Amino acid sequence: MEPCRLAATDLACRRGERLLFRGLSLDLGSGAALQVAGPNGTGKSSLIRILAGLLRPFAGAVERVGGVGLLDERPALDGHQPLAKALGFWGRIDRDQESAVERLGLEPLLDLPVRFLSTGQRKRAALARLVGQRAPIWLLDEPLNGLDVHAVEMCEALVAEHCAAGGLAVIASHQPFALPGLITLTLAEFAP
Amino acid sequence: MRALLAILRRDLPLLLPGGQRGGTLLPLLFFLAVAMLYPFAVGPQPELLARTGGGVIWVAALLAAILPLDRLFAPDLEHGFFDQWALRGIAEEAVVAVRLLAHWLSFGPPLMLAALPAAGLLGIDGETLWTVGLGLLAGTPGLAAIGLMIAALTVGVRGGTALAGLLLIPLAVPLLVFGAGALATGGAGGIALCGALSLLLVAIAPFAGGAAIRAAREG
Repeated sequence: MEPCRLAATDLACRRGERLLFRGLSLDLGSGAALQVAGPNGTGKSSLIRILAGLLRPFAGAVERVGGVGLLDERPALDGHQPLAKALGFWGRIDRDQESAVERLGLEPLLDLPVRFLSTGQRKRAALARLVGQRAPIWLLDEPLNGLDVHAVEMCEALVAEHCAAGGLAVIASHQPFALPGLITLTLAEFAP
Repeated sequence: MRALLAILRRDLPLLLPGGQRGGTLLPLLFFLAVAMLYPFAVGPQPELLARTGGGVIWVAALLAAILPLDRLFAPDLEHGFFDQWALRGIAEEAVVAVRLLAHWLSFGPPLMLAALPAAGLLGIDGETLWTVGLGLLAGTPGLAAIGLMIAALTVGVRGGTALAGLLLIPLAVPLLVFGAGALATGGAGGIALCGALSLLLVAIAPFAGGAAIRAAREG
């Protein structure tokens, strides 16, 4: 996997009139995994979007080396399309060869339109899209939401493999995430 | 380039008639409905219909262009497509340019085809129909571009559809003046100006649309 680095210096985030966090710095290299923990509304999702470059921070800067893959509550799959075609769209863009469809147990669902899938199934489909993207930086926003016990283990195993292969991952979740060498960042410590 | 082709292959079935965003058949039916209602409203005198029919077709086309606007960007922004494209380094401008092509294909040519039965309903002669057809060919890309820019600008606004309609009408007036004006003068000058306006709008649309999409994401 290509070398990767994700560094942020002195980040602050403001949504509306409210300052969510400030003075947040981090520096992650190949193989690192970071869990952003904190109750709802502390800015976990905003931090993920700032790190992805989709939201401008109120202050501070983010430095990214390597491609970024994002998994959030929006799977970016066409609801009316069968899952195979919806994933195929991203497969064409990402030139995806080895797909994670089989590992994630999505094979029986490939003919079903995406809108008929449950929350957990959709999340698994989005995970397959993320794996297919082969980006070294993974930003996961509540990746375990809606997943059953088995799928949670599968997700944790995928992230562990990704980090072992030299990628890095940032996981925003209020749920415990089992991963060797996982660093925890408590967002509440950076509240103003 | 490969990514843009993939996006075009997704956009076309979504937007074309019978597509999942099903907007396109509706503007066509709306267009024909206006052409059908007009003789009922003004009376069936053939010379009046033949004289004003071309203008009615233009107004109907302009109004029909408003209908598909709310489906152009909002669903993709909501479902995270634009985020995923941005992360892959695909510029919003490029996505908007592809969508402009797909949007025009989905309503420009079908509208020109629908102008044939509409001309029959209004009793327009062949020469006038030819001028209307050429005018629509020159004007619909501009209409598509205006619609696309407005759809991108109002994507995050509540009640954006009604607002989009209100915004489109004044901006489309120049196209209407030159396009439908060619009917009165019978000259190619109006159509050429209409085409020039269209080209200008088509050139601006990807940049204005791309900037609007980025701004909507920050919101």
